[in-house]
Amino acid sequence: MSRAQILAAVLNNQPLETLLPADLEFDSPSKDLVIEKFVETITMIGGQVIKIKSLQDIENYISENYLPENRILSQLTELTNYYKFSGDESPHELENTDFAVFNTHFAVAENGAVWITEDQMGHRVLPFITQHLAMVVKAENIVANMHQAYKIIENQDYGFGTFIAGPSKTADIEQSLVLGAHGARSMTIFLLEN
Amino acid sequence: MNSIKHPELSTIFNEDEERVNWHDDTLWWIRAKRDKAAHGISEWEILRETASQIKDNVLSNLHQYLIDFEAKAQANGIVVHWAANAEEHNKIVLSLLQKKDIHQMVKSKSMLTEECHLNEYLEKNGIDVIDSDLGERIVQLAKEPPSHIVLPCIHKKKEEIGQLFHEHLGTEFGISDPQILTETARLHLRETFLTRRSALTGVNFAIAETGEFVVCTNEGNADMGAHLADIHIASMGIEKLIPKKKHLSVFLRLLTRSATGQPITTYSSHFKKPRKGQEMHIILVDNGRTVQLGRADFRNSLKCIRCGACMNTCPVYRRSGGHSYHNAIAGPIGAILAPNLDMKEYADLPFASTLCGSCTNVCPVKIDIHDQLYKWRQVIVKEGNTTAAKTMAMKVMDFTLSSPTRYKLAGKIGRWTIKHAPFTVNNKLNLWFKNREMPEAPKESFSEWFKKNK
Ligand code: SF4
Repeated sequence: MSRAQILAAVLNNQPLETLLPADLEFDSPSKDLVIEKFVETITMIGGQVIKIKSLQDIENYISENYLPENRILSQLTELTNYYKFSGDESPHELENTDFAVFNTHFAVAENGAVWITEDQMGHRVLPFITQHLAMVVKAENIVANMHQAYKIIENQDYGFGTFIAGPSKTADIEQSLVLGAHGARSMTIFLLEN
Repeated sequence: MNSIKHPELSTIFNEDEERVNWHDDTLWWIRAKRDKAAHGISEWEILRETASQIKDNVLSNLHQYLIDFEAKAQANGIVVHWAANAEEHNKIVLSLLQKKDIHQMVKSKSMLTEECHLNEYLEKNGIDVIDSDLGERIVQLAKEPPSHIVLPCIHKKKEEIGQLFHEHLGTEFGISDPQILTETARLHLRETFLTRRSALTGVNFAIAETGEFVVCTNEGNADMGAHLADIHIASMGIEKLIPKKKHLSVFLRLLTRSATGQPITTYSSHFKKPRKGQEMHIILVDNGRTVQLGRADFRNSLKCIRCGACMNTCPVYRRSGGHSYHNAIAGPIGAILAPNLDMKEYADLPFASTLCGSCTNVCPVKIDIHDQLYKWRQVIVKEGNTTAAKTMAMKVMDFTLSSPTRYKLAGKIGRWTIKHAPFTVNNKLNLWFKNREMPEAPKESFSEWFKKNK
């Protein structure tokens, strides 16, 4: 009922068709500058960057920063010491996750956002429900801006995908910035250089 | 008829001068952050122009995009509903919950549900709704509507928030530290996220090409709600569609830079398919939007991406507070959208502007906001929806402005009056003088000056 009514009203009231503008493209600075800009931006929005040479370096970071009784989750096959999950758990069982590490597709220098899709999360809620969040970004996979980002995403299929830019935050109380609203309290980027 | 509401309500807000100044300064500070973010991108104006053109195309092809979106979303496993108005929207939400025998819902920010008065409706029907955005939770505890579309409790001092938390969430009396209050809300809402089976979110953008929709938050509350619930309902106005996924690149660059000066929100989540075992619904809401689409002078207002920049920059909004607009959407854009819904009830709002044009200058999708406000005034006066005093004043204005001779003469009289009999201008009967110093009158008019000096 309403569907037909709304569609008829739209058709009746919409103006003459105008064309879509051309896609925007901007010159990209050198790879080094892009990486530098990404590090600068993610730091500015409350994240931290740790440069690593191999994924095993992440284990050192974890053992230095977390206790054996902490719940640490990762799907990365290179991290052998940590709890794996099947994906069949109820998402509620992921509460009390202290630290979770994920693989990602790429990151964007202009805003510090990292693109990650469902298959890399294991559970959609995990990057949000974990107290502390870490992501592996390959240095070669950092793009300059969102136009380049969507060139990649454009042809991707996923059930759920998200850009995450830094730790969860709020400034709702008198505009004072507080990190750790509902999602992760911190965000670490393991920047994998080769 | 209620067309003097904005002046009255802003008078209440203006009683506390210190608060007005604080409100004004805070919003100006956010506006300044917006400027810095915008100036940090050399292609800013190109982005605005492109966004505006994409939205023009959306409005001109909305019929097809809606059909495309519906087909794709359904193919992705999302259930699509259509609601002609607020009432129908609310009924759909209720029936979805009732079907699953759910009595509690967690909700992330959605100005559309404010527009539809969803919370009140659900509560009347036995559903307990918890707003999960911190600012919205705060105004919900205070039993107030949000006063700003991006910063719902921008009008509240931290001491007042501390008091609310003390009463409702059991924090110690006298605590007003934002860090502690946020932590309290985090713990309280985690409990909620883990126990509610249903979540409702708004929609920032929906993509015709793929049938997915995007929700942007800084707190992660939309995601916490949606990914833990058995049923996710998303409510969107039909104008939120964009043609293709790649167009998000333009809008995501503009949205938060315009809103808070951030480069992007912490989370920009793309929901395409329900997760295994979950139900996902989307409600496409008209509620007056098709009418606005048919009004050539006002249809551009449907391009709005709800960044709030026009409010933060508006000298009237900053000094009168969001609640003075007695409408879900406050500020300049709210003053355009509201009369479309109910011209009588909101006849006052297009007059709550200095027409300085600042809103138009900051709008990331280039809506001609102040021109539309001016046009609404003409419509409202013509339809007889103003108070007698305002109609008279407008008629005099019209009479004066429509003849160069009368305009010149009026200027002369005005200048003479301000100079020789200022008390006739600076008094309570002159509404314009309220909270303003009247300017010193120039000795001569511009045209007199020009004649002498050319
Ligand atoms: S009208 Fe423009 S500036 Fe105002 S909220 Fe909408 S998009 Fe932002």
